[in-house]
Amino acid sequence: MSMALIKNRKSDIPDFRVSSGCAVFGILNESGTCFDGRMILEGIKMMHDRSNGLGGGFAAYGIYPQYKNDWAFHILYDDDAARSRMEDILKKSFAILYFEEIPTKRSAAIDNPPIIFRYFLKLKDIYSLYERNVPVDSFSEEDFIVDFVLKMNARVQGAYIISSGKNMGIFKGVGFPEDIGNYFRIDEYKGYLWTSHGRFPTNSVGWWGGAHPFGLLNWSVVHNGEISSYGRNQRYVASLGYECSLSTDTEAITYLFDLLARKKNIDLEIMNMILAAPLWERIERMPEDDRELAMTLRIMYGGALINGPFSIIVGHNDFMYALNDRIKLRPMVAARKNEYLYVSSEESAIIKVCPKPDIVWRPEGGIPVIGRIRKKD
Amino acid sequence: MPLKLNQSEFVVERDLNKCISCEVCVRQCSNDVHEFDADDKTVLSECSKCIGCHRCESLCPTEAITIRKKEAEFKENSNWQPAHIKNIYRQADSGGVLLTGMGSDKPHTVYWDHILFNAAQVTNPSIDPLREPMEIKTFIGAKPESLEIEKIGDEFKLKTKLGPHLELSTPILISAMSYGSISLNACKSLASAAEAFGTFYNTGEGGMHKELARYAKNTIVQVASGRFGVDRQYLRSAAAVEIKIGQGAKPGIGGHLPGEKVTADISGTRMIPQGSDAISPAPHHDIYSIEDLAQLIFAIKEATDYLKPVGVKVSAVHNIAPIASGIVRAGADFVSIDGFRGGTGAAPQAIRDNVGIPIELALAAVDTRLREEGIRHKAAIIVAGSMRSSSDIIKAIALGADAVYIATAALIALGCHLCQKCYTGKCNWGIATQDPYLTKRLNPSIGTRKLSGLLRAWSLEIKEMLGGAGINAIESLRGNKEHLRGINLSETELSILGIKHAGQAW
Repeated sequence: MSMALIKNRKSDIPDFRVSSGCAVFGILNESGTCFDGRMILEGIKMMHDRSNGLGGGFAAYGIYPQYKNDWAFHILYDDDAARSRMEDILKKSFAILYFEEIPTKRSAAIDNPPIIFRYFLKLKDIYSLYERNVPVDSFSEEDFIVDFVLKMNARVQGAYIISSGKNMGIFKGVGFPEDIGNYFRIDEYKGYLWTSHGRFPTNSVGWWGGAHPFGLLNWSVVHNGEISSYGRNQRYVASLGYECSLSTDTEAITYLFDLLARKKNIDLEIMNMILAAPLWERIERMPEDDRELAMTLRIMYGGALINGPFSIIVGHNDFMYALNDRIKLRPMVAARKNEYLYVSSEESAIIKVCPKPDIVWRPEGGIPVIGRIRKKD
Repeated sequence: MPLKLNQSEFVVERDLNKCISCEVCVRQCSNDVHEFDADDKTVLSECSKCIGCHRCESLCPTEAITIRKKEAEFKENSNWQPAHIKNIYRQADSGGVLLTGMGSDKPHTVYWDHILFNAAQVTNPSIDPLREPMEIKTFIGAKPESLEIEKIGDEFKLKTKLGPHLELSTPILISAMSYGSISLNACKSLASAAEAFGTFYNTGEGGMHKELARYAKNTIVQVASGRFGVDRQYLRSAAAVEIKIGQGAKPGIGGHLPGEKVTADISGTRMIPQGSDAISPAPHHDIYSIEDLAQLIFAIKEATDYLKPVGVKVSAVHNIAPIASGIVRAGADFVSIDGFRGGTGAAPQAIRDNVGIPIELALAAVDTRLREEGIRHKAAIIVAGSMRSSSDIIKAIALGADAVYIATAALIALGCHLCQKCYTGKCNWGIATQDPYLTKRLNPSIGTRKLSGLLRAWSLEIKEMLGGAGINAIESLRGNKEHLRGINLSETELSILGIKHAGQAW
């Protein structure tokens, strides 16, 4: 692999779509007990061959309990000038409670990393901040954050917000996932939900911001696949205010979750009826009420149907959600042991960290695996 | 004065060694090209009357007849083409408007031929339609802003009901052709094929013949400026109603069915006196602006208890994007857009060949505009105006259409040879004629079989191409321009179509 091909700066963002094959792994402790990052690291490392060193990353929930009600931003910078540009903008909208450079462990495996800072922020009065005249009753703090993050990522030169939720954070970069994990010292963090990603982009360009998980608000998405419906999904979310700036499938999927689950208030348990809608022949065999619901969701949200191969793990403060495409064109294995739920591209990762699970199963295409936090620390 | 000989478009060649003077050609030709000479015991042909429909050639039992194009013998001139010269002779003679039939045959750019479709390789598996489900079911209608779903225990209950929708087994409908412009046997073939295949045909503006009432649940009825055959029963019996504002072949003008064609049967269906001219005015006389259209849309919705989708058909003209936006905002559940290559039974040649824009550009412009305005979900888009193959259709869907209308292709399936003389009422194939001697040539059950065959073949091809692109549901292709690439197109054309040039990756 030639290092010369690796782009680490935001200015190097490819303006085309990067298709990729990948490894995904997620671990949730449903009782909300926090555990450190070693387990997720060991698991994703088992699937080394599913990555090619062009991207790896982790999302961790529950890692910032001291600021659990404040916005936690992780921001990549090309240089200090970009940092001061971004911080000036941040200060206009937020009170910065604390900020620091994210501690890292330099290693030969990580080449030329960008500057990465984290910020704990409190939003000022959003109505006075927002540049457009929006109706007060239809606009939430979350809407502001979505708008802010999308705009900053599109406009601020040399800066990129990779994580923007509460009590969670995303650590990612160019390299094999185990090297990225060590670089970010994730063994020193404790969280109740971890997801991770090892990337095998089929195009040689990778950059730190473009690695996965992709994050927005509390959402983090890791995805293995190349969706054939991208053009349709991208135009669908664009017409509802989400401009895809990275041209990646994962970005479009993240926006679909935010749009459907948060804004349209679709229950998690029926999200699969939109994202991986049941086949018409299956719908026709459903009982009357279910049939009408399934049919209506399919007609209504055809733009949100994700087609082509995918297996995704979506992280959120309250749950972990995993879904395969409807004809299962990508691998996904799930397992449970006590209060732990594991979802992985390969069983090897699960067995590495949990040698004797209570149950291991291969979720049917289009049928979600949902793990919810029963209580939090 | 022009020589009559120069006006022959075709040469009728008869191989006298093969001709057995059976007179099939004499009986089959409604244009009286062939005549049996009793003295000579031979069949003679008058080439100047031949319109090139190839009926005699097709039916000659000994293959004695060949119809060939006759090259004009005018002195070569790049500016004054033979067609211009002949048309001037014809108009100098008649002093009238040049009439023509079917869609424009002029060599304008056909954008379908400059667009290439995608396929999946390695990073994304193609899907084999013979092994995996491949879904092309399509719905036509408006979608609400959002859905209210109630969760009661573990059960989810839908509280918002979807408005009326048409459910199609394939994204292909049969476009408007009136009884009058085509024969009842042709209408029956279209209607019964639509029923057999699980799609819809459109009555056109001529009303619904009583023998077609049994196909009502697969019928879209049209309300055009002449209001022929429109009554409460007509509106309520159909699956959907389409208000016809314009037609791709003749934007801006109305229609005229001459009194001699208004037979007893047609007079009953159109609800006009027998023998009277059926004139469709250029505009609807109650629609002089968009708010008038909104009133008509809601008058029809009231009359049909909001149980049927109500759509509006317009021809693709320069301002089609804002026009379509206005139509959607006026409450239409679907917008049918007819491109300028669209067919017709009769249109002034000057208009057919020079007015309007190609459907590909109109479709892309409308879809983009409706998305920008955030109203794309409020109405389905059906496009028409020359869908010649399944690949034209799949490209139309990827450009943003919900479904397509076919008409010329459907008639070709019934035997039409595109001689473009529909307006003469002498169609030798029994399609565009009311002459009982000619209409009986078209057997509706054979017509149904042929058109069903075409729908089946195109649907299979659509599934093959979908699967090849790694897609197994047609909704994932709709507006998915990433699967299209342009070839030999300018920056402006690519930007209007919203597609990249071939060779550009994601």
